[in-house]
Amino acid sequence: MENTAKDYSHIKGWGIDADPKNDPTYPMRKRSNEDHSGYSWKRPPLQPIDMEVLHSNERPNVTAVFGTSAPPSGLSGMLRRYAFQYGEGSFGHWLPLLLADRVNVVEGILDDLKRGQAPNIWAERGMNAEWKYNRKGLLQNLAIGAVVLGAAYAYFSSDKD
Amino acid sequence: MLAMNYRGPQRVRLDRDKPMPEILHPQDAIVRVTRSCICGSDLHLYNGNVPDTRVGETFGHEFIGVVEEIGPDVNKLKVGDQVIVPFNIACGECTFCKQELYGNCHEANPQATAVGGIFGYSHIAGGYNGGQAEYVRVPYANVGPMVIPDNMHPDDAVMLTDVVPTGYQAAEMGGIQKGDTVVVFGAGPVGIMAAKCAWLFGSGRVIVFDQEEYRLDFVRKYAQCEAYNFRSIEDPVVFMKKTTDSLGADVCIDAVGAEAAGSAMQTFTGRKTLMQAGSATALQWAINSAKKGGIVSIVGVYGPTLNMVPIGNVVNKGLTIRANQASVKRLLPKLIEHVQSGILNPKELITHHFPLEEVSDAYRIFSDKLDECIKPVLVPPSARV
Repeated sequence: MENTAKDYSHIKGWGIDADPKNDPTYPMRKRSNEDHSGYSWKRPPLQPIDMEVLHSNERPNVTAVFGTSAPPSGLSGMLRRYAFQYGEGSFGHWLPLLLADRVNVVEGILDDLKRGQAPNIWAERGMNAEWKYNRKGLLQNLAIGAVVLGAAYAYFSSDKD
Repeated sequence: MLAMNYRGPQRVRLDRDKPMPEILHPQDAIVRVTRSCICGSDLHLYNGNVPDTRVGETFGHEFIGVVEEIGPDVNKLKVGDQVIVPFNIACGECTFCKQELYGNCHEANPQATAVGGIFGYSHIAGGYNGGQAEYVRVPYANVGPMVIPDNMHPDDAVMLTDVVPTGYQAAEMGGIQKGDTVVVFGAGPVGIMAAKCAWLFGSGRVIVFDQEEYRLDFVRKYAQCEAYNFRSIEDPVVFMKKTTDSLGADVCIDAVGAEAAGSAMQTFTGRKTLMQAGSATALQWAINSAKKGGIVSIVGVYGPTLNMVPIGNVVNKGLTIRANQASVKRLLPKLIEHVQSGILNPKELITHHFPLEEVSDAYRIFSDKLDECIKPVLVPPSARV
């Protein structure tokens, strides 16, 4: 087991930012106690809300700016609206959101198909890189998958008989 | 424009027809991206572990670029400026920003109060499109972006958007005193940088744990520290006690977060079945490896629900836990100085440059740690000419 030498001259910058006052009890922020007066600051100009924006029920409003990447839609959107009725500490909030994410994946595939574009799952999963750098592992995983699928098929086929 | 497009767990692709971003707020800017990293925390999204990650979103919170357009209220940037864009979106006016808690802005994320706004990090962090694209909308452009110094290499600049500040703040939150023993769990880019920065605060000994030999080799050389493979050690906590005269480390840093390996129970409940908000193995080890009265600094990212950690040991050992998203804007001036003076050389962590068009393969290579990847950078076509 190695032990670090006590002479640190070989480490450029050693101790340059040492700060004895940086004790955990010393707040790492410029404390002003302004927040004791609550949500009272002058807000920035507000981004126009021209799409559906869900907001946490732990705040009174939509923030002054917000992202517009993927507004809620479809069945996943319904689940997300339901989730936002619950607080951020609640499973009623997070579990529907996780479910919505999975539903959204199916919606994404259906959207692709509607546009006449079948998703290239092999490429999307980066399997070309896996083939290049980890061919043995990839083949092993494919073989395991094939065996599992084959066994499942054989089991259910025999049930029918 | 070209943009990364999330399609579901472990499925991303390049879109060639994503609409160009527009100015939606008077303090917005549109930035043409010249470099964009994939972050270890992007892998939590990639693996589908973060709730409210919606299909069609573009990830990417570590990027630099050139200002192409500004809103009417933007007066601190001009078109043509090359800028470092911190991963936090911060208004600069709320009570938290005024306290330099730029990672905790209250006017950037409607979806959650527990986290500020972050580019390309799901709707949990505001629903913004990210920088793994040709162009990106940057809100509050007077506050966050900083002009890149003339002599700075773009690979150094892009590492200042997250990796360097997060690694530095991990060490800073440790309250390291001269001579302290610091242990860093995780030799990803942030863990490597945390180990490097721990010396700047006067550490007496810096120890790193990971399971990837190539990363351990790298951190030994780059951060001049001790580095051990936890797979070859029966119990990292017992190891830490033995190597610190049975007392434990003064400061323990969790630089892994939700994707941690090393405990079958944590992996099953946290990564495979999502019964908890990620695998908390690194945090569990950090708490148990700390000296009584010691400090645990957390920069590893976890999901929003809950995690299994030995909180009783925190109480009984009198530990202090410090954690936050890095306050990039607060730290940037000092860190730019450290890069310019050669104390920090962040671009050395970058092992791979990918054309943006190869984003699917880039995610797979980084996620599976193929080809000895430590830090991948995506480069859009316009930045390659």
